[in-house]
Amino acid sequence: MTALLDLLGAALLAAGSAFLMFGALGLLRMPDIYNRLQAGTKATTLGTLLVLAGAACLRPEWWPKLLLIGLFLLFTNPLSSQVLARAAHRTGAPRSPLTRIDQLEERGGGGS
Amino acid sequence: MTRKARDLAVLFATLMLFWLLLGGGFAADSLLVGALAALLIALLFHDGLSFFTELRPTPRALAAGVFYYGYFFRELLRSNLRMAAIVLSPALPISPGIVRVRTRLKSRMGRLMLANSITLTPGTLTVEIDGEWLYVHCVTLEPGDTEAATAAIATGFERYLEVMYG
Repeated sequence: MTALLDLLGAALLAAGSAFLMFGALGLLRMPDIYNRLQAGTKATTLGTLLVLAGAACLRPEWWPKLLLIGLFLLFTNPLSSQVLARAAHRTGAPRSPLTRIDQLEERGGGGS
Repeated sequence: MTRKARDLAVLFATLMLFWLLLGGGFAADSLLVGALAALLIALLFHDGLSFFTELRPTPRALAAGVFYYGYFFRELLRSNLRMAAIVLSPALPISPGIVRVRTRLKSRMGRLMLANSITLTPGTLTVEIDGEWLYVHCVTLEPGDTEAATAAIATGFERYLEVMYG
């Protein structure tokens, strides 16, 4: 049973690390802040959650704290990305020339 | 019970739960310190949002919550696989854009959860909320995507959040 949990934990850790790596690659390759945030947010959220789940398999007695970390992450991670994106848009951060449409700019005016 | 008292009680209970999960234990002194701290924070920030704020206390809302998280984690996995495929492809096939999406959710917590969920799902990132309008950045926007098509960004989650928060 322990060996099985160890194996599962290791697999989850490896999967989490892989997603975190894809996120880092996305940060490097994406052309502007919005697309970078897209790549960064999703990858760090799932990657870190998988790492936490892996840690819970390896050290079952840690589960309450790991669960809390996961919950905080799930709420704060997208929120901070959204605030970053909003700040970028309000200060007129450059967009990738590939951008097709920006209905937020078309709306004009200040914030909400 | 007034709304303020209810918000306060909900926040206090949430904070106490966190305290216990963090390993406060059930000893009298630890419980007392936790209760005092939770009460102080609840009094100071009763107007803020927390995990259970505005959650409807009905069995139907709880069931919707379970389905919501199931759907959410599936979408989170899908979004990561899709993003991995994009960043690993040499051509970097993106066609980004910011579109606006209308939400029918009314509660603050419902809208917050919707914005967060959109940020964590395939190719979309909430940039701004303005009343009932969400401005969403998409990594791959199809040419000729109409407002009706982009509305689908929100409806998947709204189905559940509507029952949970309204």
